[in-house]
Amino acid sequence: MPVPAPRPLLPSGLKLLNWFLAGWTTLVFIFLYVPIAVLIVYSFNSSRLNIVWEEFTLTWYGKLLENKPLILAAKNSLVIAGASTVLSVILGTVGAWLLHRYRFRMARGIQTLVAIPMVMPEILMGISLLILFATAGMRLGFTTVIIGHVTFCFPFVLVAVQARLQGLDPALEEAALDLGATPLKAFWFVIVPSLRPAIIAGALMAFTLSMDELIVTFFIRSAASVTLPIQVYGLARVGLNPMLNALSAIFLLATVAFVLFSAYLKKLSPR
Amino acid sequence: MSAVPAATELAPTDSRRPGWRAWALLAPMVLWLLAFVVVPTAILLVYSFCERDEVGGVIFTFTWENYHRVFDPVYLRIFVRSVYYAGLTTVICVVLGYPVAYYIARASVERRNQLLLLVMVPFWTSFLIRTYAWITILKQDGLLNGLLLSMNFITEPLGLLYTPTAVVIGLVYAYLPFMILPIYGSAEKLDNSLIEAAHDLGAGPVRAFSSVIVPLTMPGIAAGTLLVFVPAIGMFAITDLMGGAKVPMIGNVIQNQFLQARDWPFGAALGVIFMLMFALTYVILQSRGARHAT
Repeated sequence: MPVPAPRPLLPSGLKLLNWFLAGWTTLVFIFLYVPIAVLIVYSFNSSRLNIVWEEFTLTWYGKLLENKPLILAAKNSLVIAGASTVLSVILGTVGAWLLHRYRFRMARGIQTLVAIPMVMPEILMGISLLILFATAGMRLGFTTVIIGHVTFCFPFVLVAVQARLQGLDPALEEAALDLGATPLKAFWFVIVPSLRPAIIAGALMAFTLSMDELIVTFFIRSAASVTLPIQVYGLARVGLNPMLNALSAIFLLATVAFVLFSAYLKKLSPR
Repeated sequence: MSAVPAATELAPTDSRRPGWRAWALLAPMVLWLLAFVVVPTAILLVYSFCERDEVGGVIFTFTWENYHRVFDPVYLRIFVRSVYYAGLTTVICVVLGYPVAYYIARASVERRNQLLLLVMVPFWTSFLIRTYAWITILKQDGLLNGLLLSMNFITEPLGLLYTPTAVVIGLVYAYLPFMILPIYGSAEKLDNSLIEAAHDLGAGPVRAFSSVIVPLTMPGIAAGTLLVFVPAIGMFAITDLMGGAKVPMIGNVIQNQFLQARDWPFGAALGVIFMLMFALTYVILQSRGARHAT
């Protein structure tokens, strides 16, 4: 990829403006990162109170592993996020391909319908699903939580895959069809492999969204299907707890890994 | 590869018309959306006209009673407060985020990617963790009070948490990345020659900014507002954690009606009003964004 020559940012008289923008950006990043950094640093503090720094310790990480409710909630979250991701990838990838490949009647309407769960306020999705499950006589539990999570996760997979499909050579499928593949085989052996970066990126997104979701889950869970965010929310309401610092640090590490990996995937698939 | 264009021409023209197989494959997704987005919304609407019985069940009748209650001064005040705090949050996010988004969009490719990564990390970090970070800072026995006490600026801890200011800090901190990214998206598409033309025609930096740059990035601001303003109105977890019971917003009331008070019809009516506000905001922003984009 040719790197364009650095363009003149602004006419020379506007250097001051550029300095201002750079300074402002730095300040905003400090605002965004200092609280997170503090959270991590104090996860290694032996004092239970946040105010004083005593000495370096890993106690809170150990306590975290011994905390049965938190571990159980983490397991629940992994099961729910795993199931939601698999279902979202299937629905999203197949949906994106069909909407791209065929001219459906009402395609625009379907596309709008897909966008709704992405922009709908979570609390509205939570209460309307709760009412639906109550009306249908479904007992709240893992199934209801997974249904909720898939509903707001799969559109993100669909959109990610759709973006990739736009850059795909239509001749690819036609060549496969000409060589005697059935449309299904062409999809599975030709299209899916070339969509792999987008599918992985979408899957990661779905997994992260599901792992972090609190609001929708809050309404449609049962006592047995408590997720990690629900448990953390309960603890955070009570007050300061160094164990939460430790847990946050682990989550942050996972988020950084996710962001870096997503950036790497994007590099793999130049637009 | 020369055979490929020929293959394209040979392809039957109606190959893009979906057969029954394509419809059958698409059906699960469409049915899913109907069952878990459209139908629940319709049921929500039905519930909002029902009555509750003594044990928290629902009696199916037709009454406007729930909507009358929504316009009770008590709830009206909460609605106004929610819109006010969400609006304030949105404005602060634009003010803080716009220069950042603009700066990133104008930076060199390599630097731009680095800065974007720095926005992505808080964007993808659970808002719960980021809110907890502020609790550790603002709480009575938290960091800021500890710092001020040890430096003898204050003699007793300040009540920083559970105030409206804390709520707004929490909301801004949670939603700022959601404002930066869409503004970046439209600032990145900005054509440099338009800005240069403005300068050549004698516009100073302020004039060029207000009459060229801002209108051209309006779609980004509109998209960011949709991602910040509406969710902030209904975000009960941040208001609960940072404001306690002192600063209830509409989301807290809805949550309370469904999970504690068990008055689902009234909660549904509040939800319907909230949904109308969401739709209204969407339509307004859509039309504004579209007008500026053309």
